[in-house]
Amino acid sequence: MLASRLQESRPDDSAGSGERGDADDEDDATAPSRRKRACRCGHDSSVAANRVATFPKAMPNYRELLQQVKSEIDELDVTRAHELLASDERPLVLDVRELDEWTEGRIPGAIHIPRGNLESRIEQAAPDRAQPILVYCAAGNRSAFAAKSLEELGYENVVSLAGGFTDWKRSGLPTELPRTLDGAKRQRYSRHVLIPEVGEEGQLKLLDSRVLLLGAGGLGSPAALYLAAAGVGRLGIVDDDRVDASNLQRQVLHSTARLGDWKVESAKRTLEELNPDVEVVPYRERLTSENVERILADGWDVIVDGADNFPTRYLINDAAVWHGIPLVHGSIYRFEGQATVFKPHDGPCYRCLFPQPPPPELAPSCAEGGVLGVLPGIIGSLQASEALKLCLGIGEPLVGRLLLFDALATEFSEVILRRDPACPVCGDSPTITEYIDYVEFCSGRPAHA
Amino acid sequence: MSLVRIPPQLRSEVGGVREVPAEGGTVRELLDDLMGRFPSLRPQLVEDEEIAPFVNVYVEGEDVRTLDGLDTRVEHGNTVILLPAMAGGL
Repeated sequence: MLASRLQESRPDDSAGSGERGDADDEDDATAPSRRKRACRCGHDSSVAANRVATFPKAMPNYRELLQQVKSEIDELDVTRAHELLASDERPLVLDVRELDEWTEGRIPGAIHIPRGNLESRIEQAAPDRAQPILVYCAAGNRSAFAAKSLEELGYENVVSLAGGFTDWKRSGLPTELPRTLDGAKRQRYSRHVLIPEVGEEGQLKLLDSRVLLLGAGGLGSPAALYLAAAGVGRLGIVDDDRVDASNLQRQVLHSTARLGDWKVESAKRTLEELNPDVEVVPYRERLTSENVERILADGWDVIVDGADNFPTRYLINDAAVWHGIPLVHGSIYRFEGQATVFKPHDGPCYRCLFPQPPPPELAPSCAEGGVLGVLPGIIGSLQASEALKLCLGIGEPLVGRLLLFDALATEFSEVILRRDPACPVCGDSPTITEYIDYVEFCSGRPAHA
Repeated sequence: MSLVRIPPQLRSEVGGVREVPAEGGTVRELLDDLMGRFPSLRPQLVEDEEIAPFVNVYVEGEDVRTLDGLDTRVEHGNTVILLPAMAGGL
């Protein structure tokens, strides 16, 4: 009994699961033959026929159900929908077709949730139930069912595009081809694509992103590895050092076999082996006032500071402020590390935090004081996480907050950082407007312009 | 009494401990108490009778420069963090 009912309800299932080509509704003439096929699976056809005859009104067929649903929702033809999209009250445009249909073209600005995933994913895309939504499919049938489901979920302002994408395209209205990940990339980045805040669009954004790393050492190693693994399309690495045995306790980009190699070359090999989607741009030089403009001219969205000295930190701070590039700061010493994000003019810069460097005798480096090998792994990974958030434009970056980590106590704490209106670089009346002699500035002698 | 968190760069000046209790109703009094007991801290914290520009002092997470500087009030039980600039990254 149940089986035959299920057979009867099949046309509705296929509509609900987002079949292709709903423009071509099944001809009623095909229904009897399907019933007959169903009955070959061991059911008595005369009994099945009897049941169909007995309960014709109890189970509406697809057309009847579609008619009923369409009578209960609002529809808009393509001309009026186009006017609505051009207005100030532009709704969220939701495409509920299957992936292969979506990749062949869409209404500009639409988001994609296949009909089968609609109920589970719509709240991520439209958390506000009052958000107006224009939903479309190929011909306006799946979208009618989708609109009905959205209304049942409490969405108050949903319209279905009558005639769907087919009518939209036929009317000569604008369409666009969405960029999509190819099969290999879809698989490689699947765990990103599954996260609603990242998704396919976010992954494409990462593949288009360009991050510059200062230093291929303790902080630069984990940061570069995770950024490369995440598919950040272009990674610049500035470092003028060679791989030394004392580096290998923490600088996981390099290896024993690479001792004596340039760090940027070693890093490039490691990162491109990890992910060939990533282009690594090596700068085998120390960042200076003379080369910083040339390096920044290559175009970077985010800078990750893993330098080991104050002159470089002040130099990249000033450059980042002047170029408006977010700077992800990290520093480490023994068991403790710090991380923050200096986002020009949205928050403080490094000079707001420390107007001057300490005299060299009061500022021991890791080479002098040591560092727990895993500590840069933690802080550098935090820097990578901040860089990815900045590239994606999601979350709350560490702007105006300095995160402190103490590995011995296993304790994270935070202090508040504020922009200094009197800051000589990012303040209201800057007094430093061009590169200075940073080595001299950090030498403890009164210097700069 | 408040607890002052000592950064790793300065721990050798206070016997290697991470936190030191100190007395004082303002940051000035607190630092005076601390530097009285550990005189070698003075050049690392103070310059021209002000907090040195390469050190930040936080009371309950706020930089005292954005409050009342050395005159910032410190309540009993507040956590005070001393934070010198740290450049290490390699």
